[in-house]
Amino acid sequence: MSTNGMTSWAVDLKDVGAIYPFQGWEVLLVILGFIFWIGWHIIQTRQENEEIAADMAADRSGDETRASIDRYF
Amino acid sequence: MGDQLNAITTIFTEFYYFVTIVFMFLIHVGFCTYEVGVSRRRNHLKTLMKNAMAIPLVTVTFFLFGWWIYFAFPNGPGITGGLITAPYAEPWNPLMAPHLSGVNPGEQGVTPADALIWHRLNGVFWGAFLLFSITTASIISGSIIERARSGAFWVIAVLVGSVLWILDAAWGWHPQGWMVKLWGYHDASASGVVHAIAGGAALAFLIALGPRIGKFRADGTPRDIPPHNVWLVTIGLFLIYTGFWGFYAACNIPIISPATIAGQITGETWTATNIYLAPTTLSAITFNFLMSLAGGMMGGYIVSKGDPYWTFSCGLCGIISASAGNDLYHPIEAMLIGGIVPVICYKMHYFVENRFKIDDAVGAVAVHGYGGFLGVVVAGFMLWGQPSSPYEGFAHINPLGNFAGAVLMFLLGFIPTLVACKIMDGMGLLRVPQKVELEGVDFALNHAFLASVREVGDAEKAMIK
Repeated sequence: MSTNGMTSWAVDLKDVGAIYPFQGWEVLLVILGFIFWIGWHIIQTRQENEEIAADMAADRSGDETRASIDRYF
Repeated sequence: MGDQLNAITTIFTEFYYFVTIVFMFLIHVGFCTYEVGVSRRRNHLKTLMKNAMAIPLVTVTFFLFGWWIYFAFPNGPGITGGLITAPYAEPWNPLMAPHLSGVNPGEQGVTPADALIWHRLNGVFWGAFLLFSITTASIISGSIIERARSGAFWVIAVLVGSVLWILDAAWGWHPQGWMVKLWGYHDASASGVVHAIAGGAALAFLIALGPRIGKFRADGTPRDIPPHNVWLVTIGLFLIYTGFWGFYAACNIPIISPATIAGQITGETWTATNIYLAPTTLSAITFNFLMSLAGGMMGGYIVSKGDPYWTFSCGLCGIISASAGNDLYHPIEAMLIGGIVPVICYKMHYFVENRFKIDDAVGAVAVHGYGGFLGVVVAGFMLWGQPSSPYEGFAHINPLGNFAGAVLMFLLGFIPTLVACKIMDGMGLLRVPQKVELEGVDFALNHAFLASVREVGDAEKAMIK
C-alpha cells in the first residue's frame, strides 16, 4: 500500500506522472478547498461584526476619538 | 559533450545554491527585525546583538566541525555502521578552500574523484547548510529575550547550530542517514530536522531560564507583554517568509542524472530531487510553499481574531507544518495541513503558558517546535507506503517511523540544551540579575549613548552666537 501508488523508485522517470498522495480524489480536494475559503469568509465576517459592534458601544462621550484624531501619528 | 553537460550541470548547481544562501540571509534580517520589534525599548540593542552574533559564531564552528559531522555521522555511528571518513569536509582539507577540479602533486587528502565533485560544490553546500544552522540557532533567540545572558545564548547557539541539528541532519536528512534507512523517515523541507529540534531546545532554555519579571500575576495567570512595535514584528516575519524561499530551494538538488544518483531509478531522465535524492520538482515546492503559507495565515487570522503578530506567525507555522511532505503533497493538502496545524499550535502555546508558566516571548516553541513536530507526524500518515529513498532496501515512509523521528528531533534539541542551561545556571551564567532586568539590559549602552548626545549637543549649543 502506498498513498501515491509508488512503492519503489526502480522506474524510468519518463513513465511516471503524478506523485502526490490520494490521486483520484482531486475533486474532493477542490471541494474542501472551496469549503476552507468560503468558510473563512463566513467566520471572518462574524468576527468583524462582533468587533464593529464592540467599537460602536465604546467611547460614548467621544473623548478617546477626539484624542485619537489629535494624536494623528 | 558529456563532459560539457556535466560541467554546465555542476556550475548551474553551484550558482543555484549560491542564490539560496543570499535568500536565506533574509531569514536573519527578519529574525533580528522581529525580535527587536517584540522587545521593549530598554532592551533593543542587546536583543539585536544577541541574535546577530549567532551568525559569526555558528559560521566559525560550522567550518571547524559542523560540516564534517554531517558527512561522518549518517550511520549513528554504531547503528548502521561506523564513523564515515569524509576528508573533503575536514577543515584542514584543501577542498575546504578555493580549489579547481584537479589534484596538485603532493596534495594531501584529496582524491581525483572528490576534487571533481567538491571543488565547486563544497563552498556553496557548506554555505547553504550553514544558513540552516544559523536559522536553527536563531529560532531559540527570540523566546528568551529581555532576561537571558547573551553569552549563554551563544553557547547554546553553537551547541544547537553546529552540533545537534547537523547531527540530526546526518541521521534523518541525508541520503544514507540511518533514520531514513531503518525508519523510512521523511522530512523533505526540514519540519523536524530544523524546526522541531530548535523548538525543543527553546523549550528547554525557557524551562531553565524562567519567565520575565511581571509576566505572571501573583495568582499565576499570565499578563500580555505586547511587542513595542508591531510593524517591525510583521516586517520581520515578511522577511523570514522571503528568506524561506531560499530555505526551500536549498532543500532540493536542482538537477541530477539517474546515473549520478546510482540508485534504482532507470532510464535517462534527469530530475530535481529532495535531500534523499528521490525525485521531486521545484514546481512542487512552489505550489506547496505558497498554499501552506496561505492556509497558515487564514487559520491564524481566524484563531487569533485578526491579531497581526499571530496571523503572520501562523503563516510561518503553516509552511513549517507542511514542510516535511511539501515535496510530494497536493497543494490543497498542503493548504489544509497549513491551515489546521497552526491553530493547534496557537492553542498549545497558551495552554503551556498557563499550565506550566512558560514565557515564550515570540511563540517560537509553538511555531517551530510544535509545528515542526506535528508536520513530521502528519507526513508519516499522508505519505504512508511511499519510498523514502531511490536506494534499495530502505524502509518505506510510515507513521511510526515519522512519529519516532519527530520525538527524536524534539528531544535531541531539548535534553542537551536543558543540561547545558542547568550547568550555566549553576555557574550564574544563564540569566541577568533582577536589577539589570528591571533597568533593561541596554542600561549601560543607553547611558553612554545619552551622555554622547548631551556632550555633542552642549558643544554645538556653545557655538551658537
